[in-house]
Amino acid sequence: MVVEAAASQSLRDRVMRVLSLVPDPEIPCVSVVELGIVRDVREGAQAAVVITPTYTGCPATLMIEANIRAALDRAGLEQLKIETALSPAWTTDWISAEGRDKLRAYGIAPPPMGAARSSLRGDAVECPRCGSSRTEEISRFGSTPCKALHRCLSCAEPFDLFKCH
Amino acid sequence: MREALYEYALRLGDDSLILGQRLSEWCGHAPMLEIDLSLANVALDLVGQATHFLKLAAETDGKGRDADSLAFHRDVLDFRNCLLVEQPNGDFAQTIARQFLFSNWQELLFRELTRSTNATIAAVAAKAVKEVAYHARLANEWMVRLGDGTAESHVRAAAGLDWMWRFVDELFEEDSKIDALVEVGIATDVRNFRPEWDQRIGEVLASATLDRPKPRRATLGGRVGHHSEHLGHLLAQMQFLPRAYPEATW
Repeated sequence: MVVEAAASQSLRDRVMRVLSLVPDPEIPCVSVVELGIVRDVREGAQAAVVITPTYTGCPATLMIEANIRAALDRAGLEQLKIETALSPAWTTDWISAEGRDKLRAYGIAPPPMGAARSSLRGDAVECPRCGSSRTEEISRFGSTPCKALHRCLSCAEPFDLFKCH
Repeated sequence: MREALYEYALRLGDDSLILGQRLSEWCGHAPMLEIDLSLANVALDLVGQATHFLKLAAETDGKGRDADSLAFHRDVLDFRNCLLVEQPNGDFAQTIARQFLFSNWQELLFRELTRSTNATIAAVAAKAVKEVAYHARLANEWMVRLGDGTAESHVRAAAGLDWMWRFVDELFEEDSKIDALVEVGIATDVRNFRPEWDQRIGEVLASATLDRPKPRRATLGGRVGHHSEHLGHLLAQMQFLPRAYPEATW
């Protein structure tokens, strides 16, 4: 039992290590693990990586799956299947703390925590460059489904906000 | 039950697919970059919903088809979308009026469907309802901006609303075909949320200084494949490539 648990722990760890090097195709500063796209690693005969799509119509979904497949194959994990689970629905709350820091460093304001609705309430958004809360929305829909366009009134830089979802 | 579920999944998928295609016509033509982005993003969300629902329809049908074959290889009489979504874009105000009526309806519909006893429908609805909330907010804000804007924008918003209003009753149509699905909790009875929809619409129209159009005879038929002439033209454009080059890939 102990040995089995240790072995399965290592498969999970190994998969997570491999996938933590797979960048998101649209926002390459964060990995698919940091974005919370990789939900689970299932062990046993039906071993599989369970992933979840971020936005219903996100065109990157197929590419993400292809990139995960390629990374697994390269690491000698060809036997691992990839399964897509829609439920529970992905939320920006699943983006890890490291992922949030990397987004900010990349110039994208990370989504506020607290599942979804806060961006619809119009909470203050902090500029990822200077940290000011004096910002305004330019366009609620941005260059990808997950982003909105904002601008900072203090440092005058435009920036993307990762939409809370 | 299987046949009813196939029908229902088609309806959900076709509503999203056809409106997604319609909105895509704005891509590169919208009055401002931000609007172009917004409409294209909404279209993308809708096409994403359609992919999921049509996949469910194809699996339920079990005849070896997939979401793409349902989207690209059905003829106009086999589409089950409501008439509202196939209506032409008209000017920007007409497009927004259609979105306003539809997204507020779809948000309430998906909210109910998050409790569907069909796991796929519930999962897609749970995901999509968060996105549709953005669509409804976008449309509501534009209705107010146009209605309570200049004399010209007010007239156009009223005209767009007037054009689309005859298709509202179909959204809440009584429908024996899906009774069995409602009974087992797969589908939801749309008539239950009409009062809430009416109230939402009324509040936005009031801030937009727009009158609610007068009730008139409902135009029905989309759910049984009786479409307006506009859908055939839309499909001709949407389906051309996969029909002309059936093996095309990229």
